[in-house]
Amino acid sequence: MDIMLSDEQRLLKDSVDRFIADEYGFEQRKGWVAEAAGYAAENWATFAELGWLALPLPEEHGGLGGSLSDVAVVLEGFGTGLVVEPYLATVLLGGQLVAEAGTEAHKADILPKVAEGQMKLAFAHTERQSRYNLPDVKTEAKAGSGGFTLNGQKSIVFGAADADLLVVSARTSGGQREEGGISLFCVAPDAAGLTIRAYGTQDSQRAADLTLENVEVEASALMGQADGAYPVIARTVQRAMISLGAEAVGAMGALNELTFEYLKTRQQFGAPIGTFQSLQHRAAEMLMAHKLSRAMVFRMAKAADTGDEALAQAATATKVQIGKAGKFVGQQAIQLHGGIGMTDEYAAGHYFKRLTMIDALFGTADHHLTAFADTSDISS
Amino acid sequence: MMMELTPDEIAFRDEVRAFLRDSMPDALRQKVEKGQHLSREDFLDWHKILYAKGWIAPGWPKEHGGAGWTPMQRHIFDDELATAYAPPILPFGLAMVGPVIMNFGNDAQKAHYLPRILSGEDWWCQGYSEPGAGSDLASLKTKAVRDGDHYVVDGAKTWTTFAQHADMMFCLVRTSSEGKRQEGISFLLMDMKSEGITVKPIRTIDGGCEINEVFFDNVRVPAENLIGEEGKGWTYAKFLLGYERTGMATIGRSRRQLAEVRKIAASEPVGEGTLLDDPKFREKAAAIEIDLLALESLVLQVLAEQSAGGKPGPESSFLKIKGTEIQQGISELLLEAVGNYAHPFVPEALEHGWNEEPIGPDYAAPIAPHYFNFRKTSIYGGTNEIQKNIVAKMILGL
Repeated sequence: MDIMLSDEQRLLKDSVDRFIADEYGFEQRKGWVAEAAGYAAENWATFAELGWLALPLPEEHGGLGGSLSDVAVVLEGFGTGLVVEPYLATVLLGGQLVAEAGTEAHKADILPKVAEGQMKLAFAHTERQSRYNLPDVKTEAKAGSGGFTLNGQKSIVFGAADADLLVVSARTSGGQREEGGISLFCVAPDAAGLTIRAYGTQDSQRAADLTLENVEVEASALMGQADGAYPVIARTVQRAMISLGAEAVGAMGALNELTFEYLKTRQQFGAPIGTFQSLQHRAAEMLMAHKLSRAMVFRMAKAADTGDEALAQAATATKVQIGKAGKFVGQQAIQLHGGIGMTDEYAAGHYFKRLTMIDALFGTADHHLTAFADTSDISS
Repeated sequence: MMMELTPDEIAFRDEVRAFLRDSMPDALRQKVEKGQHLSREDFLDWHKILYAKGWIAPGWPKEHGGAGWTPMQRHIFDDELATAYAPPILPFGLAMVGPVIMNFGNDAQKAHYLPRILSGEDWWCQGYSEPGAGSDLASLKTKAVRDGDHYVVDGAKTWTTFAQHADMMFCLVRTSSEGKRQEGISFLLMDMKSEGITVKPIRTIDGGCEINEVFFDNVRVPAENLIGEEGKGWTYAKFLLGYERTGMATIGRSRRQLAEVRKIAASEPVGEGTLLDDPKFREKAAAIEIDLLALESLVLQVLAEQSAGGKPGPESSFLKIKGTEIQQGISELLLEAVGNYAHPFVPEALEHGWNEEPIGPDYAAPIAPHYFNFRKTSIYGGTNEIQKNIVAKMILGL
């Protein structure tokens, strides 16, 4: 029994684990990745049916009002199965932004559809120059008669090509790297002046670069107050970082399992390679990396619900831990598998790539190490 | 990095530079610079240009067509080629089977094969690893049974780099299952066009297709293609591995890539400055640069020993371990430097003739695939764990 989880969370975990084990095989996933959307519509429908899409959304708009820990339970399972459906883009980023920043009309219009699986979202925020600096936004929104005109460029927008609605950050005032002056807008993917250049990612997800050239939106497209969206963006991304931590934990666990099994079965020099001490030590370290990460991520998910400062610190600490642990487990898993780990048809390499890309998302371990050092409150 | 050169060495370096400037096709340089996949013709075109100049096998003894250079000249040559984005010179013929034929082949084999290796007429591949024999190479099972003037070969090899391009394979086969496992192994040269050979490509995690499985079904190989004595193949195989591992240091390429790291970091904005202003990043790059300086020093020592008549010994494992650690460290720095643009996977951009606007910066496309692909370096040529076993056993006697 998992002491860190509540009874309800254990039920949730059972249902996610069962879905991954029974319906999300690695071979099936290859087929879904090759489809036009890059995932399976029937899986999305299942997510809706099982309440996973509604999980973190507010109850008054069709959601279940779940906590970050609840989300972590689902995401750990997604990591185990290398789930490619656009949950991060639609629910964790888009859905959360609408829930926190949107007007009542936005929430009422969008969130129930997200929860039912009828609407997919994407969050267009990162830009060419911004790297991992969250308030670095150059895209501009100019107020005009009855609306806004958006100009700028957005990078690595996950789920953009498949989204029904884009949440776009843009500067309505302030300098390029100021926290104040950023606003969020709802933009239709077929808006005139919007170009979406879609591509696959290293880890079989889908993303796109966006160009906005005089994209006109109505005044009602502004989500909440002008100029004040940064705190919501920061909170949303920080929660997503912890959720990604849970996904990385799931991926590490599954990858370790594959690797340990291989150590027990692969014979060289007349014995399973797992009998060699140098590999045993490596395996022990991989197990520790996973166990430490898992304990920490679930604790950080709980801590994050207690306030903004705790959330910020929990998110950076999580990102450092999973970045470091994920790299170690990923690299060593390939090494211990040898040549077979390098092949595209075997799952190990795909876990390795997902772990690598999770580290590159919202800032690497080293990036957040600096951030954490700057905010560390350990007494001297 | 500092390199202390004599006036003669400076003159030699300038001669190499002038040759590269005048003779290396720009299209080839561009492909290498963009990290694009090279075709069979690309490798061969470059091979033939070097061959025509007499510089294709600087390490070979002069009587076999070598350049007769000093170790420092060879080092300068490698460095200049890498810096100029020359295509790599593939080791399978020149650096691997060539020395084996020279040292253990008969006169007919030397006369036939060595000139063809030099001219590029034969493209060689390496038949060592098998599905069941990786780190434990001596457990290989591919069987060669003598039948009159031929051996009949059955079995399979795997991870065979560029088997799809190869004319010839040097292959470790089992000619006896009696006695010690190593004593039943022989070293056989096979024509890849022989009936019964099937090559099946293996896609790797970076999206590339360089390696293959090779299957043998009743392949008849003339007995004259045996190198040395039957049952002595393990000795030749180990001799060859010494050369293979020495070649894995790739100082020149690593130095060029470190320059790329700095160039990319200087164009990646961070706040008001660039990533190159970040002291943490600078120090990580500097630490690898110092590792490379140490490795380079050891390589120069090994080259000096070789030109004094020595053969690569177990010390070549040092070069393999440290060389590949450095290569992987650089691939991590590149990945870190490119930031968010590590995510897009654009395999088309790694093929020649792709002229679309790049996604993100023009240097981004090959970086993550290179990072994934280079995990192979601590696996191939004997894993780095096996290298450490060799050092512990052969050098330390533990």
